Amino acid sequence: MPQPKPSQLTAIKAVLFATCLVPFSRLLYGAFANTLGANPIETISRSTGWWTLAFLMATLMVTPLRRITGMGWLLRLRRMLGLYAFFYACWHFTAFIWFDHWFDVMEIGKDVVKRPFVTVGFSAFVLLLPLAATSTDAMLRRLGRNWQRLHRLVYAIATLGVLHYWWLVKRDITEPLIFAAVLALLLGVRLAWRLREAPVNIQPSSTGSRS
Amino acid sequence: MRIRTPTEILPSEITRRECYEGRRVFLRRAAALGLAGSAFPAGELLAQNPAAARLAGARSGYSAIEKLTPYKDVTSYNNFYEFGTDKSQPAQFAHKMATRPWTVAVEGEVRRKKVFDIDELLKLAPMEERIYRMRCVEGWSMVIPWVGYPIAELIRRVEPTGRAKYIAFVTHTDPASMVGLRLPVLDWPYVEALRLDEAMHPLALLGFGLYGEVLPNQNGAPVRMVVPWKYGFKSGKSIVKILFTEHQPATSWNVAAAHEYGFYSNVNPAVDHPRWSQASERRIGEDGFFQPKRKTLPFNGYAEQVAGLYAGMDLKKNF
Repeated sequence: MPQPKPSQLTAIKAVLFATCLVPFSRLLYGAFANTLGANPIETISRSTGWWTLAFLMATLMVTPLRRITGMGWLLRLRRMLGLYAFFYACWHFTAFIWFDHWFDVMEIGKDVVKRPFVTVGFSAFVLLLPLAATSTDAMLRRLGRNWQRLHRLVYAIATLGVLHYWWLVKRDITEPLIFAAVLALLLGVRLAWRLREAPVNIQPSSTGSRS
Repeated sequence: MRIRTPTEILPSEITRRECYEGRRVFLRRAAALGLAGSAFPAGELLAQNPAAARLAGARSGYSAIEKLTPYKDVTSYNNFYEFGTDKSQPAQFAHKMATRPWTVAVEGEVRRKKVFDIDELLKLAPMEERIYRMRCVEGWSMVIPWVGYPIAELIRRVEPTGRAKYIAFVTHTDPASMVGLRLPVLDWPYVEALRLDEAMHPLALLGFGLYGEVLPNQNGAPVRMVVPWKYGFKSGKSIVKILFTEHQPATSWNVAAAHEYGFYSNVNPAVDHPRWSQASERRIGEDGFFQPKRKTLPFNGYAEQVAGLYAGMDLKKNF
């Protein structure tokens, strides 16, 4: 797809925005219609967590996709995907403090400290906060080069998120394994590209002689 | 729990609204087929699933007076990994399992080794209805009206030898109908076990039905254990073999993760699962968005009856 016209890009963004809301709408409808199964709270917790990871992966997929396809404009969709990851993470976190702990701060604190899977999940959520807060154009301009440095945190966040899922499941690690494989691929291609490009920076003149 | 006088009405006999409304629909349909009055004796509780065979049990004093978990939840939210690790999968796939013919082999340290046919087991002792709390190790619970009899009835008849100290329950493995067996999630076949004195306790039930009907496949048809003071996974489903042993048998979850699932696995709010708290639980069908979870009770509320089995034992070590 060539560079879309501004009006086309707006339409693409609108469609994407609505599509990303579908999992949330389904949960909201299900909570009122009582169609979320025998344990609706578990369904909400699991589903919002799953979609947080899915949107994190989608966000990390933008750069490799741009490089491979040459569709530079995909970058214009990345912020929305990242903010949706944050949106689902917020609901996931809300489910944790509301349904699991009934807003009991002491209990929440104990859980975060005592249980490694909660510790990593909580850390990932906390690390998401500055990224969401600096997602505006104004913040992007203000932070300059530091903006990119800060937003590299997403690599750590996604890793913690996958670990959180992995440590949570009782026995069947199939799904965490799939997320881990996708994440490894997405981080792996970045590393491979970097390694391939790095020597150019270190040795600007390639004489070919290695004495 | 309290001991009931025989004249009291069982909570499960009090017809709930959705149930009698369902009965009207059923009767209307039955009338259309010319069945009303003949196939449906007056005064009988509506079978929750018209396709399931009835299995009545006499009222038992060993029942909790608590609100029952809806039949739909009891039969659609199950951990039965042979049919998949998602809790909705057993209800989806278990119908493929054939429960007739079915035999249960009793082996090991008993004088009367025997292969029981399921019909023989059904007639072995009088059926009772027992309303038990069921607490899953994952932190949720249900209240279920089971139909069955104490497994002690069977144990006495097969005459354990002096060496019998443990009793193991082996679950059916049929790769053709049990899709979950394809994944090596657990060491198949599923094996659970009790100390023999635990199994002899009158609360330990050999279950054949729930809600006045034969067990749905996803709940462990045609015969399963129900040990209400232990986490749910200790109660083996769809049992094909009962083995009496001198030494503690290797049990599936314990083999899978010994530090998380102990051999005893008595419900204990003071001993957390290494990855989550066991202090509270969510009652399925009741605890919704606007109540906190409820406190979990030692031995799932059956301490008065069973704590004596563990006198002098360190329950934190023997979790």
